[in-house]
Amino acid sequence: MGMEKQAVWLKDLFDIFPKERVLTDLADRHAYSFDASMGEYLPVAVVQPQSKEQIQRLVRLANSHRIPLYPRGSASSLSGGPLPVYGGVVVDMSAYPKRLTIDTENMLAIATPSVITAELHRKAEEAGLFYPPDPSSSSVSTLGGNLMENAGGPKGLKYGTTKDYVIGLEVVTPTGEIIRTGGKTVKNVTGYDLTRLLVGSEGTLGIVTEAILRLIPKPRARRTVMAAFPRFEDSGYALTRILGAQILPSAMEVMDEYCIRAVEEYEPSGLPLDAEAILIIEVDGHPAAVEEEAAQCEAICREHGAALVRAAATAEEQAQIWKARRLISPAIARLGPTKISEDATVPRGRIPDMMKRLRQIREKYRLNLVVFGHAGDGNLHPNILTDRRNAEEMARVEKAIGEIFAAAIELGGTLSGEHGIGLMKKPFMEMELGKEGVDMMRKIKEAWDPNNIMNPGKIFPDRNEADR
Amino acid sequence: MTNRLYEKAYEAANACVQCGYCLPACPTYASMGKESASPRGRIHLVKMAAEGKIDVLRDLRPPIDLCLGCRACEAVCPLNVRYGKILEAAREEIVVQQSARPAPGDRLTRMLLKNVFPHPGRLRRLGDLGRFLQVSGLLRLVRFPGANRLLPERLTYFAKALPAIPPAGERLRFGHVYPAKGKRKARVALFAGCVMDAVMFRIHRATVSLLTAVGAEVAVPAGQCCCGALHLHQGMTDEARKLARRNIEAFERCEADWIAGNAGGCGAAIKEYGRLFADDPEWTARARRLAGKLKDISEILLELGPLPFVNGPETVVTYQDSCHLLNVQRVGRAPRVLLEQVPGVRLAEMEGADRCCGSGGIYNLLHFSESMAILDEKMERVRETGAEVVISGNPGCILQLQIGIERAGASRRMRSVHLAEFLAERCGL
Ligand SMILES: Cc1cc2nc3c(=O)[nH]c(=O)nc-3n(C[C@H](O)[C@H](O)[C@H](O)COP(=O)(O)OP(=O)(O)OC[C@H]3O[C@@H](n4cnc5c(N)ncnc54)[C@H](O)[C@@H]3O)c2cc1C
Repeated sequence: MGMEKQAVWLKDLFDIFPKERVLTDLADRHAYSFDASMGEYLPVAVVQPQSKEQIQRLVRLANSHRIPLYPRGSASSLSGGPLPVYGGVVVDMSAYPKRLTIDTENMLAIATPSVITAELHRKAEEAGLFYPPDPSSSSVSTLGGNLMENAGGPKGLKYGTTKDYVIGLEVVTPTGEIIRTGGKTVKNVTGYDLTRLLVGSEGTLGIVTEAILRLIPKPRARRTVMAAFPRFEDSGYALTRILGAQILPSAMEVMDEYCIRAVEEYEPSGLPLDAEAILIIEVDGHPAAVEEEAAQCEAICREHGAALVRAAATAEEQAQIWKARRLISPAIARLGPTKISEDATVPRGRIPDMMKRLRQIREKYRLNLVVFGHAGDGNLHPNILTDRRNAEEMARVEKAIGEIFAAAIELGGTLSGEHGIGLMKKPFMEMELGKEGVDMMRKIKEAWDPNNIMNPGKIFPDRNEADR
Repeated sequence: MTNRLYEKAYEAANACVQCGYCLPACPTYASMGKESASPRGRIHLVKMAAEGKIDVLRDLRPPIDLCLGCRACEAVCPLNVRYGKILEAAREEIVVQQSARPAPGDRLTRMLLKNVFPHPGRLRRLGDLGRFLQVSGLLRLVRFPGANRLLPERLTYFAKALPAIPPAGERLRFGHVYPAKGKRKARVALFAGCVMDAVMFRIHRATVSLLTAVGAEVAVPAGQCCCGALHLHQGMTDEARKLARRNIEAFERCEADWIAGNAGGCGAAIKEYGRLFADDPEWTARARRLAGKLKDISEILLELGPLPFVNGPETVVTYQDSCHLLNVQRVGRAPRVLLEQVPGVRLAEMEGADRCCGSGGIYNLLHFSESMAILDEKMERVRETGAEVVISGNPGCILQLQIGIERAGASRRMRSVHLAEFLAERCGL
C-alpha cells in the first residue's frame, strides 16, 4: 500500500466521521496497536463509529480501496484477534453507543456490542435473571468481543458458553449490507443458522452492531468446596466420580502444584505446599439440593485422597476460596514479565494424560509452565512465564507451544477452548481440521468477504501464506 | 536520551500484560473514551518512547499530561504494575527534554514550584494577600456577571470556591506543642504542608483540636516544608528530593509516635519518599522510617477515639475518596467509620466515590476543560445522594468539589468540607 494511495482514503474517513472520531496521531495509533496477547502492529488510523450507517459507509470505502478493517472491543483478546496485522483501520467498537435493554417477560437482553460483560451481569441480576457466560475478563471485555471469540468461563461446564445464549444479531457484513440473523425466539429454524456461524468468527465475517441474548432464572443458592490432593491423578478421579454421581457443578476449577506454590508465596493463606492439585467446585440451584450436593462433593474428594477439604456456605467464605484462584494471575506474574496464555482443551477424561504431557514439555524445554483452568470441561490454561527480550528462551517457548497443541489434538482435543485462534495459532489449524476442513472455512470467508477486508490475516493462513 | 527512560521505567512498564483490567477504573479513559487516555495505553506509550519508537515531547507528552495521576489503576491491577513509578519517570523525562525549549506556562509553573512552594514564609504572605483580597471585597468582583469576560473562566471559579481565609493569627505556630486534653496517649507530629498551612489552615486548627481531644499531644515541627508531591508530578524530581530531605530531618528531630497527615496527597507522597532515594541506602532507610510513622488523621482518630461528639442537626453527608488517600495510602474505611459515628448524620454513599473528582493536584488548573468534564459527571453522582455536605480528606479535592457545587449552582444547599472540619463542628470544637 503506497503512501499516495493511503492519503487518498485517509481523507475520505473524514467524510464519514467527525474529526474527533478519526484518530491519526502517532500516539493514538500506537495505543491501538496491541491486545492482551504478544503482537504489536501499527494501524494507519483508528475510527470510532457511532452508528451502523457510519460502519456501512466505512465498509464500502474499505471495499473500494481495499483497506483492511480491524474491529476491536476492549482488546483483552489473548489470541491477537483485534490486531491490525496489515495496518489499515482499527474500528474501535468499545466507543460505540452503549444500549442495554432487559426484557424480563421474554427473558432476553438486547444490547449493543460496546456494553461491558459485567454490566449485563449486573443488569440481568437486578431483574432476577442470569447471563451465565463469565469470562474472567468480564469487568473489561465487551459483549462484541465475547460474541466474536465465543467466550466461556468457569460456568461453561453446566451452562455452556456465549454461543448458547446468542439468538439474534445485527451485523454489517464485509460487503456493507446490514443484516439481521435469528430473532427473539429461542427456537428458530428458518434457513441457515448464521447466528451460530457469526459467533466465534473473530470479527472476520462482519461488524456486530446489536445482539439479542437469552437470559435464564438466577439460581437461588450456591455452595463452594475446595479440595487439595497430594497426587494430581486423584483430583481427576474425584472429578469423574462427582460427575458420575449425577452432580453437575456450576464450576470445577483446577490449579497445579506450581500455581499453588506461587499463590502461597505471594500471599500465604494456608494452601498445602505439598499438594499437586487443588480443585475448586461450586454447585448452584435450589438451596436444599446444593446443600446435599456440596456434602457429596466433599465426601467424594475425601474418599479420593484429598488431604484438605474446605466448604463454604456464606458469600464471604466463598470469596475466600475463590481468592486463591484469583491470585493466580499476580502470583505467577512474578515468574516472568511475559505471559503466554494458552487454552488447549481436551476431553475431560484425558485431563490427567494432558497434565502428564504438559509436565514433560515443562521439563524438556526448561520453562516456567504452570497450569490451571476449567477442569470440568477439559479447558486447561497452560501459561508460560518468560521474558520476550530473551531470544534464546523465546525460541524454546515457541517449540513448547507447538508441542502443547500437538498433545491436545492427539488426545482428541482442540487448539483453543475459548480464547480463539487469532494469530499465533493459525499455523496449527490444518493439524486439527485437515486441509479440507480449513478450505471449507476459507470458502465461507471468501463468499462473505470477497475483497478480504474484514480482519484479514486471522484464523487461517492467507492463500499465499498457506503454501509455505 | 531515551535510555534514561528505558532504565527508569521499562522494567515496570514491561510488567504490564495489557489485560485491560485498569480500563474501568480510569477516569480519563471514561471521559475521553480512547485508549491513549487509559493506563494500559499510557504504559504502552512509555514503553514505545523508551524503545525510541515515538518522540517523548511530541507523542508521549500529551497523553501523559492528561493523566490525573489518581492511581486508581494501581489499586485494581491484578499484576501490581507500578503505574506511579512509570508516570513519574515519564514526567521526569519530559521535563528534562522540555528544559531545552520551555513553554511560557511551564516556566511560570516551575518558577512558582521552585521559588515559592518550598518556603512556608513566602506562601503565608501569599495567603495573607489572598485574605486581603477577600476581606476588602476585591475578590468578590469576580462574582459580577461581566467578570467572566475579563478573567479566564478557571480563575473565576477558583476565586469563588476558595474558602474564607482566616486572619494570620490563627495559623499554627511552627515549633509549638499543643498539649493533650486529659491523659496523654500519644505524641503526634503534624505535617503542615504548603497550601494547607498558607490558606486552608482552618483545617489544621480543626485537626489539632480533634487530636488533642482524643488524648494526643500535637507537635508542629519547625523546619518542615511542602511535601514535594507537586514537584514530583511536574517531573521536578531533584526539587522533590530536596524537600523530602528537609522534612525527614525536621520530623526525625521531633521524635513523635506518629506523623499525622490531613492531606491525602501529601501523606501519599511522604509514604513514597523511599522511592526518591533509590541509589542512596542511608536516605532510603530514613525515608522508609518516616513513611512507616505516617498515618492519616482519620486512622489516628479511630485508634485513639471515640471523639466527644455533641448532638447536632440531622444531616445527610457523602464522602468522596481522595485518590491518593485511597489508592496509595489505602485508607478508605476509617473516614467512613468516623462519619457513621456522628450523631444525627447519615452517610449516603455515592456511586463511584472511589473515582477521581478531576482535581489531580493542579490538573484542574492546567487542563481545565478535561477536569470539568470529569467534575460535572461527579456532581451528578453527588446530587443523587441528596447530600448537603460533601466530605473529603484532601485540600485539592475539597476545592474542586466546591467548584463543582458552584458550577451546579448548588452553593445554597450544599458545601464541601474537610473531614476534620466537619468532625470538629460536630464535637463543638
Ligand atoms: C486476564 C484475562 C482473562 C481472560 N479470561 C477469559 C475467560 O475466562 N474466558 C474467555 O473466553 N476469554 C478470556 N479472556 C480473553 C478475552 O477477554 C475474551 O476473548 C473477550 O471476549 C474479548 O473481548 P474484548 O471486548 O476485549 O474483544 P477484543 O479483544 O477487542 O476483540 C476480540 C475479537 O472480537 C472482534 N470484535 C470485537 N468487537 C467486535 C464487533 N463489535 N464486531 C465484530 N468483531 C468484533 C475483534 O476483531 C477480535 O477478533 C481473558 C483475557 C484476559 C486478558
